[in-house]
Amino acid sequence: MLGLNKKDFGLLTIVIILTVFAPFILNPFPEGSALAQFNAGYPDLMQRLVIFGIFAIGFNILFGLTGYLSFGHAAFLGAGSYAGIWMIKLLTLNIIPAIIASVIVAGLFSLIVGWISLRRSGIYFSILTLAFAQMSYSLAYSVLTPITGGETGLQPKVSDPRIFDAALAEGTTPRANFFGMFMNDSYELSLAGWVFTFNVGYYIAAIFMVIAFYISIRIFRSPFGLMLRAVKSNQQRLNYTGIQSKPYTLAAFVISGMYAGLAGGLLVAMDTQAGAERMFWTASGEVVLMTILGGSGTLIGPVLGAGFIKYFENIVSKINESILQAWFSFMPEALQEFFVAIFYPFIGKGWHLTLGLIFMLVVIFLPGGLMEGGKRISDLFRRKSKTDSGSGKVAPEAAE
Amino acid sequence: MGILEVKGVNKSFGGLRALSDVNLNVEEGTVHAIIGPNGAGKSTLLNCFIGKLIPDSGTVLFDNQSLLGIQPHEINQLGVSRVFQTPEIFSDLTVFENVIIACFAKRDGAFELNAIVSVASQKDMHEKAKQMLIDVNMIDKRNEIASSLSRGDKRRLEMAMCLAQDPKLLLLDEPTAGMARADTNNTIDLLKEIQAARGITMAIIEHDMHVVFSLAEKISVLAQGTVIVEDKPENIKGNPKVQEAYLGGAH
Repeated sequence: MLGLNKKDFGLLTIVIILTVFAPFILNPFPEGSALAQFNAGYPDLMQRLVIFGIFAIGFNILFGLTGYLSFGHAAFLGAGSYAGIWMIKLLTLNIIPAIIASVIVAGLFSLIVGWISLRRSGIYFSILTLAFAQMSYSLAYSVLTPITGGETGLQPKVSDPRIFDAALAEGTTPRANFFGMFMNDSYELSLAGWVFTFNVGYYIAAIFMVIAFYISIRIFRSPFGLMLRAVKSNQQRLNYTGIQSKPYTLAAFVISGMYAGLAGGLLVAMDTQAGAERMFWTASGEVVLMTILGGSGTLIGPVLGAGFIKYFENIVSKINESILQAWFSFMPEALQEFFVAIFYPFIGKGWHLTLGLIFMLVVIFLPGGLMEGGKRISDLFRRKSKTDSGSGKVAPEAAE
Repeated sequence: MGILEVKGVNKSFGGLRALSDVNLNVEEGTVHAIIGPNGAGKSTLLNCFIGKLIPDSGTVLFDNQSLLGIQPHEINQLGVSRVFQTPEIFSDLTVFENVIIACFAKRDGAFELNAIVSVASQKDMHEKAKQMLIDVNMIDKRNEIASSLSRGDKRRLEMAMCLAQDPKLLLLDEPTAGMARADTNNTIDLLKEIQAARGITMAIIEHDMHVVFSLAEKISVLAQGTVIVEDKPENIKGNPKVQEAYLGGAH
């Protein structure tokens, strides 16, 4: 169906179901209960989960398939954001022109960066992309201030031209919309103790993510995707098979740059602001972590990695000392102090310490990322059921 | 007229004259071996065929087209396929994927952004790849990851990938180097079968006399950067010039 085989179609269906029901799935604990702080079903976080999912899916097309590790993809996210915010300021508060422009601008920008960076491979390629991203970041902060707003960034103002829109009344805040539906509008459903939030912005971003995911499956299964994997495997043989690797790697680079631009455009659509910090190298590094943590080269791994990192970033950063003390309050005071002291560096602002530890553990023990972890667990169960029934052949399945 | 014509090729590295006035003519449909002791310039000569090195002077013509200064993928598209000393394959892909990549490369050329269709829907390419695997007797291993194959099977796979491109000339660089005797004999049989079935022109660079005399219809002996003899195998063995080159008469 839709040009996919049965297994891929199943995967797409799972992703669709998960995104549609995310407001329920991410809110498993009743409002006001002690565990409610682990809920992630609020609009801002859900939007980020899917948007960074798109970013990681695109990054995986470059890194997972061709093996070229770009350390500058945040530059395309940032370029997309700026393009998007200008469309919102100049044309209309409708998000569609903003998203289209962000994809196009990021695509053109990645064409230039890719064309230059792909002259080298390996570590030199990574350094070149990193250099480009840091250059973009510095330029956005200094010389390009008239376009980027420098340190303050860009936000829509009542006084913006917005040539397609009717003028807003003085004192109102401009809100991004999709043909009249505002991004930050939500419908809240209260069921017993639970409160579920259905947010317009989230569902629009989710639709884009499902489409992005579908396109990535098609690319993975196409002859083009096969060639990209061949680039990763053996460029020498590929050249002696009559194929030039650079157009393929450049195409992959531009496609992943456009995905990053889409993510940037959606970020702008959701929070209507753009700033240079989105291009900072830590943002480029984050998408690398997401992809590797989830499982690079697998279809769904990067989405999982993005979700995992964004979820824990929010949850762990929110925990503070008093919450820790409440957790360990059942202990004698001396022990409580001891445990609080041990865990304190890992929470709140110490989230990166936690992330670093998790990342090290995954890379050392699960080189294939969370996907490999899932595969190992399912293999374990399958082996068990095999020994139970005493027969049946186990077909090995790819982790995709 | 030969399909591969090498005329007056010279190549020096600093003060070392690696090739001096090499002339070679590979006839269409034949198996032509290039032999010679270590350091005779075999690899340098091969690198001149495949765009890695540009000679100081002389011409290398394939099908009346110069091979000098053009990229490896362009040389391949002219119809020259190459088998490497150590099999060069896509080791993390399956055997079948390896071959179908070669089929796509033949059909699509240097670059095509065919990301809309799926590999599974390309039935004709599937058929072709399957046929190639049957031809080299590897069809039952089509779902194995290429890196898990034995050395001999890797060579078979590489041959299947080259054959999938219907080459006019197959360049083989020591195809049996580092192989066990059984694998070597298998490879010889495979090459003989291919030659018998398809009549592909082959140029073999080889150390192993057993391989050379089992396959070649014509042999060029390279010594100290120049072709000293070009003749049929039966005349090569007794040639005093060849014996001198191999037994160190040059000192």
